[in-house]
Amino acid sequence: MATKLTPKELSKRPERLSPGHRLCAGCGATIIVRQILAAIDEPVIIANATGCLEVGTTIYPYTAWRVPWIHNAFENAASTISGVEAAYRSMVRQGKIPEQNIKFLAFAGDGGTYDIGIQALSGAVERGHQFLYICYDNGAYMNTGIQRSSATPYGAHTTTSPAGKVIPGKQQFRKDLTAIMAAHNIPYVAQAAPSQWRDLMKKTRKAVDCGGPAFMNVLSSCNRGWRHGTDETIEITQLAVDTCYWPLYEVEDGEWRLTYKPKKKRPVEEWLKRQGRFRHVFKPENRHMIDELQAEVDRRWERLLRLCGES
Amino acid sequence: MSKFEALTGNDAVATAMRQINPDVMAAYPITPQTSTVQKFADFVADGLVDTEFICVESEHSAMSACVGASAAGARVMTATSANGLALMWEIVYIAASNRCPIAMSLVNRALSAPINIHCDHSDVMGIRDSGWIILFSENGQEAYDNIIQAIRIGEHPDVLLPVAVCQDGFITSHSLERVEIFDDADVKAFVGEYKPRWPLLDLEHPKTYGPLDFYDYYYEHKRQQVEAMEHAQGVILEVADEFNRKFNHNYGLFESYRLEDAEVAVIAVNSTAGTIKVVVDQLRDEGLKVGLLKPRVFRPFPARELVDALSHLKAVAVMDRSVSFGAMDNAGPLFLELVAALAFHGVHVPVADYVYGLGGRDILPGEIERVYRDALKVAETGRVERMVTYLSVRE
Repeated sequence: MATKLTPKELSKRPERLSPGHRLCAGCGATIIVRQILAAIDEPVIIANATGCLEVGTTIYPYTAWRVPWIHNAFENAASTISGVEAAYRSMVRQGKIPEQNIKFLAFAGDGGTYDIGIQALSGAVERGHQFLYICYDNGAYMNTGIQRSSATPYGAHTTTSPAGKVIPGKQQFRKDLTAIMAAHNIPYVAQAAPSQWRDLMKKTRKAVDCGGPAFMNVLSSCNRGWRHGTDETIEITQLAVDTCYWPLYEVEDGEWRLTYKPKKKRPVEEWLKRQGRFRHVFKPENRHMIDELQAEVDRRWERLLRLCGES
Repeated sequence: MSKFEALTGNDAVATAMRQINPDVMAAYPITPQTSTVQKFADFVADGLVDTEFICVESEHSAMSACVGASAAGARVMTATSANGLALMWEIVYIAASNRCPIAMSLVNRALSAPINIHCDHSDVMGIRDSGWIILFSENGQEAYDNIIQAIRIGEHPDVLLPVAVCQDGFITSHSLERVEIFDDADVKAFVGEYKPRWPLLDLEHPKTYGPLDFYDYYYEHKRQQVEAMEHAQGVILEVADEFNRKFNHNYGLFESYRLEDAEVAVIAVNSTAGTIKVVVDQLRDEGLKVGLLKPRVFRPFPARELVDALSHLKAVAVMDRSVSFGAMDNAGPLFLELVAALAFHGVHVPVADYVYGLGGRDILPGEIERVYRDALKVAETGRVERMVTYLSVRE
C-alpha cells in the first residue's frame, strides 16, 4: 500500500534529504525535492545536474543525501541517469543483481534543463529510459549569481538582463519547455508547483509509475533572484499559479488535462509586484511591459485550455 | 584454440567487445570509428551479447552515460574518434576523476578544422593530461589484444582509471589483416567478472558521487589520482605478463625492434611503426645499425624505462603525428616528453623531431629512410641541425 498523501502519514516517513545542507532559507528547490521524495515509496537513485541543489547538499566530506546520488556535470543529468538505468536493466537481466523496482530520478534547474541540458534530456527521453526528470525552474542561473536563462520571464531583471536605462530587463518571453517535452510523446509530462503539494505528489507517483520516461517542470522560487522575503516562497509560488503564469496540468499518454483551474484568474501584475526583480516594470515608462506579459500569459492560457478541452 | 580471421581493426575491436560482453556500451557514430559500433549493434541485435547498448544523441552524452553506468557498477565500454572525443572532453576528465574504469576504443583521426576524416594523433594528444591510461596499437591484432587487457588494467583496484586504446583511423581501422582471435571462453576467463567496490546500485550503502570539493580536499583527490597512475605501470606489466603467458604474445611498456645493438633509433607509435620495421630491415641489410622503439603505453609515460632503452644510442629521431602548437619549436608531444625525460635523467642523446602524416598524409618508406639517414649524420656530428622537420609537406 502506498503511503497516504496526508501530512500525518507523510511525516512518519524518514527524510531522504537530511537537514543540515547549505541551501538558503526559503529555497524552493529543497521543498520540491522533499515533496517528491516523500511521494515515492520505492527506492530511488538520483542524478543531479550542477547547480544550487548539488553544491548546497554535497560539500565534501559531507552529504545530505541518504539515497544513492550522482553529480556528473551541468548539462548531462539526463544522460547520466540513462547510464545508471541502463546498467541496472543490464545487470538485472543478467542476474547479476536482484530486481528492486528502483525509481530513477534526475534533478536539474532551468539552466541545466531549458538551455545547456535540453539535448541530453531530449535524447534520453527519446531512447525510452525509465526515469523521471524534474526541472526545478526558478527562471535564472541562480547558482552562478542570477543570470538570465530561456526560462526567465519577460521583463525580469537578472545580472545579464539588467534593468538598465535603455533596456528594461529581459526582452524575450519564456521558452515553453513543458510543451516541448510533451511533443516528445512520452508517457507522462506535467507542470506542478510546491504550493500545491498534493497535486505535485500525485503527479510524481503517476510519473514514476508510467512505465517510461517522464518529465515534470516544477516552479521553484529563489528569493535571492526573485527578491522577496524568505517566508513568502509558497505564497508567491501560488500567485504564479493563480495568475496562470504557471498553470498546473499534465499530459498523460498524449491527453492534456488541467489539474487545477483558479476560480478567479488573477492579473499577472499581482505576482510581479511581490518580486523585486520586476520593480522597474512598474515605472510609468515601462508599464506597457506588464500589459505585454499579461497578453502573452493570456494567449498561452487560452491555448492550454483548448488543448485540455476546457474552452 | 584461437583462430585466425581476416578482420579490419574496427572489426577486431568489435569482436573483442563481443567477447568481453560489457554490461553497458554507449556510443555515437563518427568516422572512422563507426564500423565498430555498427558491428557491435549487430551482436546486440543477434543476441550475442548481454550488453545494454545506449545509442546516445552525442558523444558528450556517450561519455556521460558511461560515467553513470560505471558509477552504477557496470562494466562499460565506448568508442570514438577526433571531434567526438573533443565533444566528450569535459566528461573525459570527469570519468577519470570519478575513477570510472571505462574502456574506450579510440580510432585516431585529425581534429577539425579544416574537417578531415583521416588519421593523425591530434585527438588523443588532447586528452593526454586527462587522467586516462593511453595505449597505442600498431595494427588490428594489437588493438584487439590491448582492448582485452584494458579491461583488466582499468578495473584493477589499485588503478580504477579509464583506458583509451588507440589505433590509426582507416590505416588500421579499415584495413583487412590477419588477426588471431582467441576462444570466447578464454577471453571471458581472462577479463573475469567486474566487482565494483562502491556501486550506486548498492541501495543498502548509499553513495554520493561527484560532490562539491573545495580547497580543503580537492588537492588530495588529485594526489590520489596521481597515485593511481603510479600504480598503473606495474599493473599494465602484470596484466601483460599474464596475457603473454596465456596467449603467447609479447607485450610490455614498449616494443624494441633491432634496438639492442643499434646506434640510431626512431620512435613512433601506431601503424607507422610497422612501416618503419620494413625500413629498419632494409637499412640493416646495408649494414647500418638502426632500430625502432615503439611506445605502447603513453600514459602513464614510462620515462625511466624509455631513457634506459635509449641511453646507448648516438642519435634518436622522434616521429610525431600531431603538433603541440606554440610549444618549444612547435614540436610534437611525443618528442617534448621524451627530451624532458632524457634531460631529467641526465642522458645526453641528440634527438630530433619529425612531424608527419597530419590529416592522413601518407608516410612512405623513402621518407622514413631519410629520417634514419639524418639521424646517422647526427650520430656522426653529435649535432642536431633542426629541432623539428615536417615530412612531405609543401612549405
